[in-house]
Amino acid sequence: MLPRSQIVLLISLITAGIISASSSRIDDYILDVILGIGINIILAVSLNLINGFTGQFSLGHAGFMAVGAYAAGTLTTGPGKVWFDASGASPALLFPFVLFAGGLTAAVVGLAVGAPSLRLKGDYLAIVTLGFGEIIKVILQNIEWLGGSRGMVGIPSYTSFFWCFGAAAVTIYAAWALVNSTLGRGFLAVADDEIAAEAMGLNTTRYKIIAFVTGAFFAGIAGGLYAHLKGYISPAGFDFNKSIEIVVMVILGGMGRHVGVVIAVVLLTVLSEKLRDFGDKRMIVYSALLILLMLTRPQGLFTWKPARKAITG
Amino acid sequence: MVEIRNLTVAYGAVTALHKISLTVNAGEIVTLIGGNGAGKSTTLRAISGLIRPRSGKIMYQGTDVTGVPAHELVARGLSHCPEGRLVFANLTVDENLRLGAYLQRDRKRIAEELDFVLTLFPRLSERTTQLAGTLSGGEQQMLAIARALMSQPRCLLLDEPSLGIAPLLVKSIFDQIVALNRTRGLTILLVEQNANLALEISHRGYVLETGRIILSDHAAALRSNPDVQEAYLGA
Repeated sequence: MLPRSQIVLLISLITAGIISASSSRIDDYILDVILGIGINIILAVSLNLINGFTGQFSLGHAGFMAVGAYAAGTLTTGPGKVWFDASGASPALLFPFVLFAGGLTAAVVGLAVGAPSLRLKGDYLAIVTLGFGEIIKVILQNIEWLGGSRGMVGIPSYTSFFWCFGAAAVTIYAAWALVNSTLGRGFLAVADDEIAAEAMGLNTTRYKIIAFVTGAFFAGIAGGLYAHLKGYISPAGFDFNKSIEIVVMVILGGMGRHVGVVIAVVLLTVLSEKLRDFGDKRMIVYSALLILLMLTRPQGLFTWKPARKAITG
Repeated sequence: MVEIRNLTVAYGAVTALHKISLTVNAGEIVTLIGGNGAGKSTTLRAISGLIRPRSGKIMYQGTDVTGVPAHELVARGLSHCPEGRLVFANLTVDENLRLGAYLQRDRKRIAEELDFVLTLFPRLSERTTQLAGTLSGGEQQMLAIARALMSQPRCLLLDEPSLGIAPLLVKSIFDQIVALNRTRGLTILLVEQNANLALEISHRGYVLETGRIILSDHAAALRSNPDVQEAYLGA
């Protein structure tokens, strides 16, 4: 018999498959918003691993998303297309591998960024990741074979409901399982008190890097999904605002909480869609709402239950 | 068991320790006494690898461990119970204790050690599922010591166990420290503001003043030393 959490994951995947099969009946616009929610869930839940559970502060999640998006896009649309076509396999079958490759590339970049900066304690990570996000943008703008600042166009739309929410379910499961493991207890200890954690024999740098690289990996997956949903990516789409948007979702949902973050993602994504009617004034309303929420519920909107179950045995 | 030679530690431009040397033999309780900012906690942090010394040498069980990171020293049986308790406030008492045994993979030994520390501090056993942040100051201190013991150390660095704790609790904590030393042969390097109490249970002591060791002697001799009495014992 599988553990309960794995059964939940299995049911989620099957449900995603069933909905996906009938997704042609859903209005295109609505489906686009729904898939956007799925991608944002992956982004927010994975950032929560870094910012919420491990107590670090990363501002570069859009950068990792960009790396994943471009890596995946390169395989299906860019120079990798030759290989992709030559393989002869159906694109739907290859898509998960493309996503995985995007995640892996983002993870490798995450390791390169995280390894030096996570050795330091304090707010260095925020500064480094902030810089990283900008650097990635500039680099992508200057690589001609990736489309430069015009971006990459004509990416096939492989992102279906199933892949999107399947990946979201796997992300939530992975984050949940990780946090409730011995490794996760290390994350929580680092978040609580880094010096004490170190005195207990925890290699705190290692734990921070594991959380950071895992977060980057899933951001890369989200990037790949995003690229194959929109069909078009450009460096400008992965700017600082996108990173902040994800940070806001995590903070609003309550740092270190899975369910709260998922609800916050749904709410914020729908909200920002609804506010389209306000045109240019949309961002004013959006930020005013955020300020109001932060003033009244600084601990996050959805924090009525303990953050996690206690681990015994 | 622990020997430091000509240890200099600096925080940026400020030198906290000036070439200090001290020795802790196996099975001893040794106390570092001194005023605020004398460098007591810094000494412990340097030994346990939490900070890197500028120069000098730290020996542990006969090998040079200068610059060895804290997590490796814990594995070798050196445990540091830091000042200000530093319990993991958002974790339960049970989880805090298990984190103390983080490097121990043998579940049976973890369970044994858990039993042992809970009999040592029965107050904690009533609160295993409570978040550590909701404990009283004294209970948090007990938890911090118990957590440090979970790694089954041979040498314990204990920083200010009496800080901000009711006198009655201090007494019971110190009784347990002595018991650990007697029954398990645990070597203890103790840093304590309450010099009277610390010297009472120690074999030897060092007096630190602005980063220098100015005196070292048997605990009894330090207690009867008029200078020490005047400066630290409030006589």
